[in-house]
Amino acid sequence: MEHLDTLMLSRMQFAANITFHILFPTISIAMGWVLLFMRWRWLRTQDTAWLGAWRLWTKVFALTFALGVVSGVTMSFQFGTNWPGFMERVGNIAGPLLGYEVLTAFFLEATFLGVMLFGHGRVSERAHLVANFLVAFGTTMSAFWILSLNSWLHTPQGYSIVNGEFHATDWLAIVFNPSFPYRLTHVLLASGLTVAFLMAGWSAWQELRGHANASTPKVMRLGLSVAAVLIPLQILAGDAHGLNTLKHQPQKIAAMEGVWQTERGAPLLLFAWPDEATRSNKFEVGVPHLASLILTHDAQGEIRGLDEFKGEHPPVKPLFFGFRIMVGTGMLMLVVSWLGVWQLRRAQWQSGTLPRWLLGALFAMTFSGWVATVAGWYVTEIGRQPFMVYGLVRTADLVTKTLASHVAMSLVGYLVVYLSLLAAYIGVLRYLVSKPMDLGPAPAKVIRKGHVQSPATLSGPQGA
Amino acid sequence: MDFDTFLPVLFWLLMGVSMLAYVALDGYDLGVGMLLPLARRDEDRDLMVASIGPFWDANETWLVLGVGLLLIAFPKAHGVILGALYLPVAVMLLGLILRGVAFDFRVKAQARHKPLWNHAFFAGSLLASLSQGWMLGRYVTGLADTPAAMAFAAWVAVALTATYVLLGACWLVLKMEGALQQKAVAWAKAAWPGMVLGLLLVSVATPLISHTVRERWFSFPNVLALLPVPLMTGLCLVALRALLNSHHVCGPDPKTSGKLCWLPLALAIGVLFMGAFGLAFSLYPYVLLDQLTVWQVASDPSSLKLILAGCAISLPAIAGYTVFVYRVFGGKTGALTYG
Repeated sequence: MEHLDTLMLSRMQFAANITFHILFPTISIAMGWVLLFMRWRWLRTQDTAWLGAWRLWTKVFALTFALGVVSGVTMSFQFGTNWPGFMERVGNIAGPLLGYEVLTAFFLEATFLGVMLFGHGRVSERAHLVANFLVAFGTTMSAFWILSLNSWLHTPQGYSIVNGEFHATDWLAIVFNPSFPYRLTHVLLASGLTVAFLMAGWSAWQELRGHANASTPKVMRLGLSVAAVLIPLQILAGDAHGLNTLKHQPQKIAAMEGVWQTERGAPLLLFAWPDEATRSNKFEVGVPHLASLILTHDAQGEIRGLDEFKGEHPPVKPLFFGFRIMVGTGMLMLVVSWLGVWQLRRAQWQSGTLPRWLLGALFAMTFSGWVATVAGWYVTEIGRQPFMVYGLVRTADLVTKTLASHVAMSLVGYLVVYLSLLAAYIGVLRYLVSKPMDLGPAPAKVIRKGHVQSPATLSGPQGA
Repeated sequence: MDFDTFLPVLFWLLMGVSMLAYVALDGYDLGVGMLLPLARRDEDRDLMVASIGPFWDANETWLVLGVGLLLIAFPKAHGVILGALYLPVAVMLLGLILRGVAFDFRVKAQARHKPLWNHAFFAGSLLASLSQGWMLGRYVTGLADTPAAMAFAAWVAVALTATYVLLGACWLVLKMEGALQQKAVAWAKAAWPGMVLGLLLVSVATPLISHTVRERWFSFPNVLALLPVPLMTGLCLVALRALLNSHHVCGPDPKTSGKLCWLPLALAIGVLFMGAFGLAFSLYPYVLLDQLTVWQVASDPSSLKLILAGCAISLPAIAGYTVFVYRVFGGKTGALTYG
């Protein structure tokens, strides 16, 4: 990071953009399914607590979705504006995958979102439920295509290279490349956990601040149960993903574990300060043999060190610490969610009688899913550097020739907008969950085709 | 022309259709956004925003598809064009971000923040419209950077913005009733000259700038065969303007008149269609005028075929469910509430 040239600025801009973007799909992917569940519970039980929960979390979903859309559109343009070389060389492969995302997912979710949000009274309950399903399905399909492309950049296969340009030879091999099933599972579970802690966290806040209503215990129970079920699965999926990475990208693992020299029986470092200048760690605290045991399932297993990949391995510090933040957050999630379910069961599922320390802990964990997700993405994406397509195309060869000053200007613009929007998003979330439950009458029924009841006769929140 | 040679042309057409769909659909959204400050009452603003509520998201997706097709089918042109338009693209994206999020924030945030988000909604719509017009202007001249080309781009920026305002006003004529509909008619009348002047200038300037375009339009017998295009465009524009005075579009009593309130919007979209046809006719077979042809920059036929299969299946489905949603939310706009 010697100086801020176009490459560095473009990387910073893309990192800022993708970091901001991923926050929202991480919520909306799983939230779509959660809303489907809530709506279904409301229709089955006619318990208005579920309707209130659906209305509140649908507002959160709509806001989250909008932020995901606008930041996603921005990213699709930045391929061209900042990384023209990417599409020139990898376009034959990346293009169709991105295209299928737009065609099979983006239109589906964007179109049926309107029906899902505002269609009540205009379409039948069944059609409304189907719209909700299609939105959830669309967001998940979107994840499918994007993660397929992303995984291909890590574990490319099914291509041939002619004059430096990639050509597809086997589409099934491209879509289902070796790291894709692991990454997809890991990301979908992460989305579920993010939403679970978001629901539990805001429910805890409602209890702490006296804003609780009939839906609070239901949402709390849903959030904690989902979290408690998914976190062990996530730990298993993460382990499997790590083994897959060890096989295909050994230097990423070496950087994550801070292993400089190839060694057998490598310790699991709980803390260290990796130093790229001396190519060694300072202040190591580790558990002997544990890294080898986890990664090779053999206490004497060999882990290849960074020195085998001089000049071709990623920067060590972000991976080393990013990995520890992700895993640490995951462990915390395990403890808090299991403790939470246990306590909530003891409290006969009444979140109001949960101990305050637990409510405080849950509220503190509201955005823990974001922390773990962003840390995880940093590990895997920085871990691919210095390559864009692992082992084949270097990031530096793809960057735009645009003036550094122009990139700097757009970067500052994006940063200002993103930070303000993030603050506004969290502020509005807090405002929404502190309002009383919205059980106003169902919106305008269609009296005759093309004419709806005048808005003056309706109560409840208006507008979008 | 065998199929592999035809494929890039087909994608060029698909890209054009997506862009036209975007301009027509998001055009009215952005237009409504720019008209927002002109509505004085807060209820009117809510109603205006509610009219585009179920649609804006899907409308914006056409831009993603259009740029996506540029990226997928013509990756080498994608980099050249977007690289040259770096700053306006950034401005447009910031505008679209502001517009998109303000839409949601303005009704979810606390009431005292609502005016702030209304401003953001307006500013975002304006920025996006101006920058899109600027980019269209730059694109039509083949990204020339002479002062004349820049002036031309600035003019197109204003003209496209006026066009969006007209589209937005026509949309409101369709979706609103009573006093607000009458206001929308007045706004449409005010925006009409802007669109007309813009179209005129673009039509005059483009042949002056490019020899290719001049040849194509004014050589015999093309000039005769093409005559219906400007004639139809002119007819649509005149009819549109005349209709704005008609009591069939907007009468004093919302219950009895207004049967033709959909026609101004349809005519405006008809004009866009003619414009797109004219532009396509001028540009073919270039992705970038006089510089890059579709064949020079196209992707692998195998990649194109894969996408074509996807398009063949999903575009009709998209068209189908888009029609469904417009039917569900058809008629005059009422308040939007979460059910």
